[in-house]
Amino acid sequence: MRRTITRTVRLTGVSITTAAALALAGCGGAKVGADDDAAARSVDCGTVNLAVNPWVGYEANAAVIAYVAETELGCKVTKKDLKEEISWQGFGTGEVDAIVENWGHEDLKKKYIDEQKTAVAAGSTGVQGVIGWYVPPWMAQKYPDITDWKNLNKYASLFKTSESGGKGQLLDGDPSFVTNDEALVKNLKLNYKVVYAGSEPALIQAFRQAEAKKTPLMGYFYDPQWFLSELQLVKVNLPPYTQGCDADAEKVACDYPKYDLDKVVSKKFADANGPAYQLIKNFTWTNADQNVVAKYIAEDKMSPQDAAKKWVEANRDKVKAWLPKS
Amino acid sequence: MSATTTAVAGPPPVALRRRLNRPFAVGVVLAVWLVGWALLRGRDTLDLSPASLTPLHRWLNDVNDAVGASRTSSPVFRYVVNELRAAIDTLVVFLQGLIAEPSYGRPVPVLGWLGVIAVVAYAAWALGNWRVTVLAVGGFTLFGLQGLWQESMHTLALTLSAVGVSLLVGIPLGIWAGLSDRFHRLITPVLDFMQTMPTFVYLAPLTLLFMIGPASATIATLVYAMPPAIRLTAHGIRTVPPAALEATESLGATRRQALTTVLLPLAKRTIVLGVNQTIMAALSMATIAALIDAPGLGKTVIKALQTLDVGTAFNAGLAIVVMAVVLDRVTTAAGVRVQHPPRRRPGVRRLLLGGFGVATLVCCYLSYTYVWAAEFPTGVALGPELSRAAASVTTWAQDDLSGVTRPFKDVITVALLNPFQTLLTGSPWWLVAAVVVGIAALLGGVRVALVATVCVAALVGTGLWRDSMTTLAMTIVATVLVMALGLVVGVWMGRSPRADRVIRPVLDAAQTMPAFVYLIPFLALFAASRFTAIAAGVVFAAPVAIKIIADGIRAVPAATVEAATAAGSSSWQMITKVQLPMARQSLTLAANQGLIYVLSMVVVGGLVGAGALGYDVVAGFSQGELYGKGLAAGVAIVLLGIMLDRIARGAAQRSGGVPVGTPR
Repeated sequence: MRRTITRTVRLTGVSITTAAALALAGCGGAKVGADDDAAARSVDCGTVNLAVNPWVGYEANAAVIAYVAETELGCKVTKKDLKEEISWQGFGTGEVDAIVENWGHEDLKKKYIDEQKTAVAAGSTGVQGVIGWYVPPWMAQKYPDITDWKNLNKYASLFKTSESGGKGQLLDGDPSFVTNDEALVKNLKLNYKVVYAGSEPALIQAFRQAEAKKTPLMGYFYDPQWFLSELQLVKVNLPPYTQGCDADAEKVACDYPKYDLDKVVSKKFADANGPAYQLIKNFTWTNADQNVVAKYIAEDKMSPQDAAKKWVEANRDKVKAWLPKS
Repeated sequence: MSATTTAVAGPPPVALRRRLNRPFAVGVVLAVWLVGWALLRGRDTLDLSPASLTPLHRWLNDVNDAVGASRTSSPVFRYVVNELRAAIDTLVVFLQGLIAEPSYGRPVPVLGWLGVIAVVAYAAWALGNWRVTVLAVGGFTLFGLQGLWQESMHTLALTLSAVGVSLLVGIPLGIWAGLSDRFHRLITPVLDFMQTMPTFVYLAPLTLLFMIGPASATIATLVYAMPPAIRLTAHGIRTVPPAALEATESLGATRRQALTTVLLPLAKRTIVLGVNQTIMAALSMATIAALIDAPGLGKTVIKALQTLDVGTAFNAGLAIVVMAVVLDRVTTAAGVRVQHPPRRRPGVRRLLLGGFGVATLVCCYLSYTYVWAAEFPTGVALGPELSRAAASVTTWAQDDLSGVTRPFKDVITVALLNPFQTLLTGSPWWLVAAVVVGIAALLGGVRVALVATVCVAALVGTGLWRDSMTTLAMTIVATVLVMALGLVVGVWMGRSPRADRVIRPVLDAAQTMPAFVYLIPFLALFAASRFTAIAAGVVFAAPVAIKIIADGIRAVPAATVEAATAAGSSSWQMITKVQLPMARQSLTLAANQGLIYVLSMVVVGGLVGAGALGYDVVAGFSQGELYGKGLAAGVAIVLLGIMLDRIARGAAQRSGGVPVGTPR
């Protein structure tokens, strides 16, 4: 009994001493909020909700716009990581103000710009998108004529895999992108089967391995893309695109058109015509510019903010042209 | 077979003949199928190319648009959906403000790292024991050292919200389903639906209904996380030995008394397993939820994936695994404590509770007030080290192993998967349908055949017959592999506590490590292919099957095992004649859950070359025009799940043992 009491007392003593010691030891150092001087510099810019679609090129656009909006205009930028479809939905619910790299998406434009009238176009980003069939560089070197579609059947047996059922494999990828590849294979009478890798990482990994192991691969890819600065894939030339040659999806027998990657903003955001809207409307740069920032992010592993800062500081004159005139 | 026939005293000759004839009859059906395939292959295979749509798919698109258009006008939205969203938003935002995000005008959350760790340690100690307290403190400190403190707290806040709501709703429903056969029958397909319907299908509509934000993320998570809580609670109550219940009833206990004094206490172990599974399921949604802007570790994984940065993805994935293990062990220890309270002088414990409580409060106060206790110190950084290590292991595997793994993939694909798939997709649809219904009738009886007929008809109706058959082939191959692994490892773990201790963390890691992390190395090892999808499915689904089987083996009464040992059974006899037959119900549950987990990976498979339904769903999520098709593909996945599960259950019931879900 006696022992229990002593032990209890001792235990209580220990815990109280610990608590007191903690309290004393802790009562040093800076207090929370003591050096908090970061208030919004400008009231009239307000908050911008920027959708960030899941690829590095987009991230580069968004990072630079956000950096300029925050440092030059004093806006508060909220980035929201969303897929394309959901970003467009956000125009209607007021949760997204701007999409800053849009690849085509004619159906969404029709739905949200023409029909629901919740979105408006905000001009080109200046970046050109190219879609096509690519082979790893070693193949283009070893088989120089492979880049002409007419020779593809000659090489079909090289591209056989466990997935292609005896034909050559054409690896399609990211389901976000429009593909006519099944129709193309059929209409160009190619002895190939389209196999759906299903995601961008799967495609990139496939190309990486194909180059490293010198195994044959042909796949759907696109430019601009950070991976192209790691491995310069070679494009296969399909019959050239002419206006309207892809009008009937079943009968397509020509290459993909060049995409003018553009910006879309919510109607409300455009009507308010604030400085952030003007910045986004004026924003335009080149494939080369985007590739630089994308490389900072993807290969040099910089944070998007740091990457944007580095580029903006080196390109003051370009940035100046985007700022609202007032 | 022999165990059950000897158990049933003198079965009537007719039944015996039927039982012996059934494998033969199934063989005949399969032979007819093969002949039919040889004669009719390529006819009526109901192909549909990935870009094509059926009228049903277009109609589903229109429905989706109509729902979106009515969100501002319809009263359902204004009063039900918006209220629900506001309630959940409040809960999540409160938790985020508490631990993860600058809130209430402060540059930091209310509780800094010191406060959170103190509270976690206090809870782990008060509810569990010293050992899990050390684990919890170590785990949470690791998040900080990994440089992922804030991300981890975001994930924790979301998970706690989703798990909290799941248990609040799920356990009562589970008790109900345990007591009422009618409700059990009613809710089972709903749970199957919730667990197998791919999240990608309802992610976009969810954000349309509940807006982009924490509410949508929480709801997406709990749709997937709640079923295990309901299912296992019901399972726990239903497997209470009837004798225990009869004894209480004979003493004149009311229904409520029987529930609180017998059923719940005896079912507690299984219910805790349900809580664990709910937590695991909720954490496994962290990456998917990131696709609709849910903050946390999932976002880090997704971002790293864009640049194939396996190291960074692994670092964040590891944090998710550690969080899962900590939460799992603490809840398990809490379960044990409730069941067997430690014999200790209550006075001492009360004093300690008070003392540590004060210490915890002091830590909270410090982390509220001082910067050093609010923001995790950045001095020691393990994150980059871990990332680099993971990246170099991956590079090694990719460079040096892929020479071995790719031929392995080719052999399995050519020898096993391709023939099976050719048979399923090359036969006329009506032949496959007849075979499926025939097998269902033979194995499960009229009722199962009826379910199979409805499922097959609906599959044809989705317009995705061929894709469904391709996915079916992969699913069956993966489930067979899962059960093979489950039996071997599950029995081992059930029999050896030491094996259990070593293997269980590995299983937890496999179950909670986001698939996106290991997909990149898998892609290098097996290329973009159906096999990669199967491998990913097995990694994710095998742990749950193994755990359930191990649990079942352990639940075999010790007296039975001792009796068998005394009778001189060898280990092999013990396993095959005593433990497995007695754990039959667990085996069925393991097959069911294994199958459902494999099916829940169909979409992930679509991201790595599986094509078929998985790709349809992914494409539907990515392109508005394909939404309806994606939805139809999601439904097809659910239909496949229900069909396979009912046939398997029917077969298990008929071949003897304790029937699943039959009235008591």
